[in-house]
This record gives sequence, C-alpha cells and structure tokens, in this order.
Amino acid sequence: MTTTQVRPADETPAAELPPLRPLELARWAWRQLTSMRVALFLLFLLAVVAIPGSIVPQREANPLAASDWAQRNPGLVPWAERLGLFDVYSTPWFSAVYLLLMISLVGCIAPRLRQHARALRATPPAAPRRLDRMPAHRSWTTTASAQAVLDVAEAALRDRRFRVQRGPDLRAAAGSGVGEALAAERGYLKETGNLVFHISLVLVLVAVAVGSMFGYRGTVLVVEGSGFANSPIQYDGLSAGSAFDVGDLPPFALTVDSFEMSFVPAGPAMGTPDEFVAEVTLEPSPGAPTQQREIRVNTPLAVDGTLVHLLNPGYAPAVTVRDGAGEVVFTGPVPFLPQDASFTSTGVVKVPQADTPDLGLQGIFLPTGVIGPNGPESLYPGLANPVLVLNAWQGDLGLDDGVVQSVYRLDTDAMTQLSEDGEPFRAALEPGQTAQLPDGAGSVTFDGVTTWVNLQVSRNAGKELALAGALLAVLGLLPTLFVRRRRVWVRVRLADATAAAARSDAAEQPGGQPPGPRVTVVEVAGLDRVESGEDLAAELTDLQAAIEKGIG
Amino acid sequence: MSTDTAAYLSNVLVDAAMIVWAVALAALAADAAFAPVRAARVPVAAGVGGAEPAAAGVRGVASPSGAGDAAPEASTETGPDERGTTRWWGVGRGTFVLGTVVLGAAVVLRGLAAGRVPWANMYEFAITGSFLVAVAFLLLARRYDLRALAVWVTGLLLLTLGLAVTVLYVPAGPLVPALRSPWLVIHVAAATLAAALFTIAMVASALYLVRDVADRRGATGRLLSRLPSAPALDRVAYRVTAFGFPVWTFAVIAGAIWAEYAWGRYWGWDPKETWSLITWIVYAAYLHARTTAGWRGRRAAIISLVAYSTLLFNFFGVNIAFVGLHSYGGV
Repeated sequence: MTTTQVRPADETPAAELPPLRPLELARWAWRQLTSMRVALFLLFLLAVVAIPGSIVPQREANPLAASDWAQRNPGLVPWAERLGLFDVYSTPWFSAVYLLLMISLVGCIAPRLRQHARALRATPPAAPRRLDRMPAHRSWTTTASAQAVLDVAEAALRDRRFRVQRGPDLRAAAGSGVGEALAAERGYLKETGNLVFHISLVLVLVAVAVGSMFGYRGTVLVVEGSGFANSPIQYDGLSAGSAFDVGDLPPFALTVDSFEMSFVPAGPAMGTPDEFVAEVTLEPSPGAPTQQREIRVNTPLAVDGTLVHLLNPGYAPAVTVRDGAGEVVFTGPVPFLPQDASFTSTGVVKVPQADTPDLGLQGIFLPTGVIGPNGPESLYPGLANPVLVLNAWQGDLGLDDGVVQSVYRLDTDAMTQLSEDGEPFRAALEPGQTAQLPDGAGSVTFDGVTTWVNLQVSRNAGKELALAGALLAVLGLLPTLFVRRRRVWVRVRLADATAAAARSDAAEQPGGQPPGPRVTVVEVAGLDRVESGEDLAAELTDLQAAIEKGIG
Repeated sequence: MSTDTAAYLSNVLVDAAMIVWAVALAALAADAAFAPVRAARVPVAAGVGGAEPAAAGVRGVASPSGAGDAAPEASTETGPDERGTTRWWGVGRGTFVLGTVVLGAAVVLRGLAAGRVPWANMYEFAITGSFLVAVAFLLLARRYDLRALAVWVTGLLLLTLGLAVTVLYVPAGPLVPALRSPWLVIHVAAATLAAALFTIAMVASALYLVRDVADRRGATGRLLSRLPSAPALDRVAYRVTAFGFPVWTFAVIAGAIWAEYAWGRYWGWDPKETWSLITWIVYAAYLHARTTAGWRGRRAAIISLVAYSTLLFNFFGVNIAFVGLHSYGGV
C-alpha cells in the first residue's frame, strides 16, 4: 500500500478551505481511501469484524452448533438474526469492510505499478551535493586518476548487482569537480515483490468470490448398508453459490457397504478414535459399471471434480416395534447422535399409528454401557457391551401438522409418558432382547447395531486459482521483506594533497602519501530507502576495499 | 527402548529442562541486577528522520565512520563491549543452552513414544514451541545483541513449560484419524516456528515500549540502563517479525490445503481459521505501520503486541472457548 508522507495539507485549518466541488470531493475521498492510514484502519476493522463469527457458531460451517447456540441464548436470537451473526461472513457489513479494503488495495497498486514501471526504466538519481550528509559515507584519497577510480568503482558496483549510471556531476561543489560521478541503485525486486504480493491478494479474493458463486456443499447421513444418489433432494443440507446450477451435480450414486470405526482399546489414549473407514460402491453415472472404493478421514473420494468426505459418524441401533396385536409397525436402524467422546448417543423412534395413539420411543444408546449412579453411561466408544435404554410415550407425535420436525427429538407436548407401577417405564436392552411396553401398547426389540456416517459432497470452484494466488503472495513477500532498495554514489575530485588530508578524516594509506601536489579524493555514500540496514556501512567498507584493490 | 520408556523419559527430561532453565533464569536475573552500569548514554536521536544509524547494535560490524556518519548515535547502542557482564552471565548462558538441549531430547523422545511428529496436541505444541523459541533465540543472539532479552525469554519459556506439564499434559498416544496426514507435519511445524519467532518479536516489542516510556520520562534505573536502545529493540522486533510473517502465511496456506483434503473446503471460517486470519491481518498491519511515517516506533510496537495476543488467543483461547473443527488432541 502507499507509503504516505506527512502531508502539509493536514495542518491547514479546515475553516479556511472553500467547500469542495463534487469532483474534488470524490478525489479527496479517493485519496483518503487509498492512503496508508485508512488502509491500516481497514485492516484493523477487518480483523475486528471477523471476531463475532468465531464467537457465534456459523450456520454455514456448523449448523448443529448454530441451532444449539440459538437454543441456549433465546434472548439474543432476534438481535443475532438482525445483525446476521449466524452468517457473519456474508453480511453486508462484513462485505463492506473487505470490499473497501480491496478498493483501497487496487487504488494503491495501480499508481504504484505505473511508478515502478517508470523506475525500472529510469536511471538512478544523480549524486546529491553533500554526500557527507548521507547515512553512510566514506572519503579517502588516492594517487590514481579520477577516471581509473570511476572505472573500477563502476565495475565493482556492477559486480554487486547495482544498476550504475555514469554521468556529469552537475551537483558537485563549484570549482572542485572532475565532471563525472556514479549513481547506482539496487533492489528493484523489493518493489516488484511487493506489487506481486498485493496483486496476488486480489487474485485470492477473486478466487474466493468465484468459488462461492459456483461451488456447492451438501451433507447426507447414510446408514451402513444404504446409499444415496447425488441430487439435491437427497441431501440433509445443501448450500450452493448463486451461479450454481443443479444440473452441474455429477450424476453419481453411492452405497455405503460398510462403515467401520475402531478405537484405541487400552492404554492412556484408550477410547481415542483410531480409524474410520467406509467401503463404498460407486456408480459414476446411471448405468455405468460400479466401482469398489474406500473413503477415510483425510482421504476423500473424488468423482468428476466433486469430493466426498467422511464427516461425523455414529451408531444406528436397529429396533423392531410391534403394536398391541403383535403386528410389526416399525423396523430398521435408527441413527442416534453421539453426545460425548464415548459415543453415548441419543435418538428417538417415531411410530405414527392410524387408529390407535402414536407411539414414541426416546432412547439412549451406549456402545459400552453401564448403568451407574449417574444413570446410564458409556465407558468406551467401541461396541464392547451395547445397551439401548428406552422411555416410551403415547399420544400425538404431531407429524401431520405440516411443521418440519427434527428426527432426533420427540415433541412430547401432546403425549404422555408410559409408566409401570407408578414409575416411568424404562427398559435397558441388550441385542436380541425384547421389552413389553406397559398397558399392552406393544413391544420393542433391540435387533442389533449398525453404524451411520455423515458424508459431505462438495466442489470448491476456483480453488486452484486461490492456491496459485496464495503461493504467489508468499513468493512476492520474500523480496518485499528481505531485499533492500539501496542507492550508492561515487564522486571523485582533484585536490591538493595536504588540504585533502586535512579535510578528509578517513584513514590515510600507511606510507601512501602521494608524491605530487595533486591527489584524487574519492567520496562514496550510501542510502537505503525505507530504512537503513546495519549492513550499509559494511557494504561501503567492502566497496572501498574493492576500489582500492582494483586501482592497485 | 519401548515407547512407554520413551514417553516416561520424555516427561522426566521436560521436568529436567525446567529445573535447568530455572537455574538459568536465576543466573540471568542476577546478571541483569549486578552487571556494571554502562557509561552515560547520549540521548538517542536516531529514527527521527526515518534514516536510522548504520551498523548500530550489530556485532561484528566495525564502523570505520567517515565524516558525518552516524557515529555519535552508534555509540548509544548496546554493543558487545559496552554492557558489562558478571560471572552470572556465563552461568546463565550455559544453563540456557543445556536446558535447550535437554528439552530438545524430550521433544524427540516424545515423538518416538508417540510414533509421529511431536506436535499433535496442545502439550506437544507447547514443548516443541518452547524448544523452537529457545533455538531461534540462540540463533538470533549470534547476530544481534539480545542479552537484555534473555532473562525475559527464559521466564516466558518456564511459564509455558509449567503450563504445559500442569494444565495441558496428555499422555503420548497415536493420532486421531483427522490428524493423520503429511500436512500435520508441514502445517503445524510452520505454525509452531512462526509462533516461536513472533514470541521473540513480542519480547523485543514489549521491552521497546518499556525503554521508550523510560526514555520519554528520562528515567535511568539500573535495570533500564541495561536494555538495548529503543531503535535497536525496534529493529530486532521488526526483523524477527519479517521472518515470521511469511512462515505464518505459509502455515495458513498449508492449513487451507489440508482443510481441502480433510473437510472438503479450503476455507470455512472455523474459529481457528478465523483467528489465524486475524493474526495474519494484524501482523500485516504491523509491517505496514513500520513503513509508514507517524506509525513506527511506539504505535508499531503496540500493534505487534496486539498481534501476538491474537496469536496466543488462537492457540489457547480458541481451543478452550469455542467449539470448532480444530478441537481435538486433548485441550
């Protein structure tokens, strides 16, 4: 961004200025926006406005956590909705800040590109009159001719990769000049790298914008043994960019043949997930030959530029529910949601009935279950001793109301809990066991356990461009931070030997007192742009040594 | 050696490193307190016009200054011969190096015990990061005169290790599936290295502020007089940050690539991702401020401290306060 100098205009009292015409106002606003001060302010602002999105869970990133947060903070929800706190990174206020920053960036890059293009062709600025005012300066005398010194110095500077301009020494003090001086500059790569860095950032932002327009991400919960086809209606959740077309979805279908979870069985890390593997049958397009594939965490399945990832897994206890007459009214695996690291999971079975009251079962599944003093809990996430603990409810499930319900929660408003001997009914079942429900309401059988896994199907458009931009940005950063823009001048003049010795406080060559009355005084000075480095003095010392060696 | 033995030895060596560094801390503090006060300093005039004195505060660069060179300013910098030392300095330096070696062994054994790189949870990050801070500090001390920083860095390292063994400790174990990726090596190694560099820059910036306030008030305490000059501290902070920033940028990029593999999106505003971006932005602001008239010096140092606090929050606060995809591996 533009490095601003202190502008004298800032000190002019505002009251004395005539009102700005629209064009002037626009120009003023543009100057402000592209100034470093405002850019710094916008950078800070961007950092600050990014914070709320890390505090309030984002719907896009974590829908479950977002709804959980909303339930825990009901009073804040209206405000959160109004301010867009659940989708911070697509709100107008967040977009406004980064768009302003981007405009500021472009407004800063464009003139600097022109300037730098000019600087690359231009010659280094001529030697200033007072070289001894430069941050680093050397002066010594020699018996060599002025031309010889300049020849050697020019070669030495070119060796050091300086761009050297030899020309008339117009600014030399009157009456003392030989007429020629060297102006040298090095480190143009610093500005080149800086511009590359900033342009790359724009590239990354463009890539992100493109990606959010054309990309999509869907999640689908698949129980082991079942599958899904890649179409929007199959997804539990689908978020897609504005330019995304449903027809863009690759028409594959996928069946999860098995999904295995293994955990560390013993030792200090007992219960830590060890490996999750899904064996799947992939049908790349309808009617195409199927393929056996494997999906692991960190190794997604790639189909036509779309990636299929394993997200969170869980257990699905299979139950069979019979009504009072012994008829099967429900059978199959029911996905339960894990609540802790030991996969203590909760879930419900909803059994709507036509002419008798609906039946609802509320359950806790324990892969390694114990019924302890704190109630049922799981000691280990693996299936060492699976137990299904159930409560039962009777009444109206509310499924016919047309209101979308969570499949993981039972709406018990219009239901009553079944009891046995005055206590709420509770059954703790092991696989194969059956419990009779009270009041002849039927029976529940715990048939066994399968697993389920949440699969994410996604495509990120523009990710290659974003990566290229990001890597280019790092490449540009390196010269920006480590190359030094440095100017060096060399001036020679003839002087009387004794006067020169008095004037120059540099060390004379030992025994090198010139025999003649005239000597050449060599002056070398250096200046770093932005900030002087510690090695500037060392560079001049080396340069002096090289010149002295060169002229013998 | 069995993995259990390695894990046990690693824990013992971390404790040993803490004991050795505690000795180093005491010795360095004694050195700071008893070292002879330097000769009266000339008020620092550097940095006003933007051009700072050449060859200042760097060892090994003799300054055969010509007329008009920055010789007067250069003499106010802490050169190797200007700050007196006591015998405590030798003890402090020796024990600091020894502690670093011991901790290095602990880190390696931890890796052997777990059968993977030793930076997969907060505890391992803390011990590996501390080791890197110590190594980076020793390397930088070869180039810059950082003796005044040594006691503060040692204190900070001890604090980190103390936190690691008490609050963050988890037994050595295999990686959760989500972390089993070559990107763990690259992404976390880069993040740890950058954090180590930023830590040293933070100490320099903090001491800069102390020095700066003291200079403004004309304070001349015994301890104060042993700090390097404000411009020298500012320069160390900038150099180390300039080194750390590309490394941090790379860490964020490597994280994004891994996220694309692991979660199917390269950027998803997970709290960790958001805070790593915030840290990046604030350090970018620091680098910009450093090259902007009116912002260098005190303001830049404050920005550097703000940036470091966002980094700390990212490493500790985000894991503890927020639920995100990066919440694994213990705390």
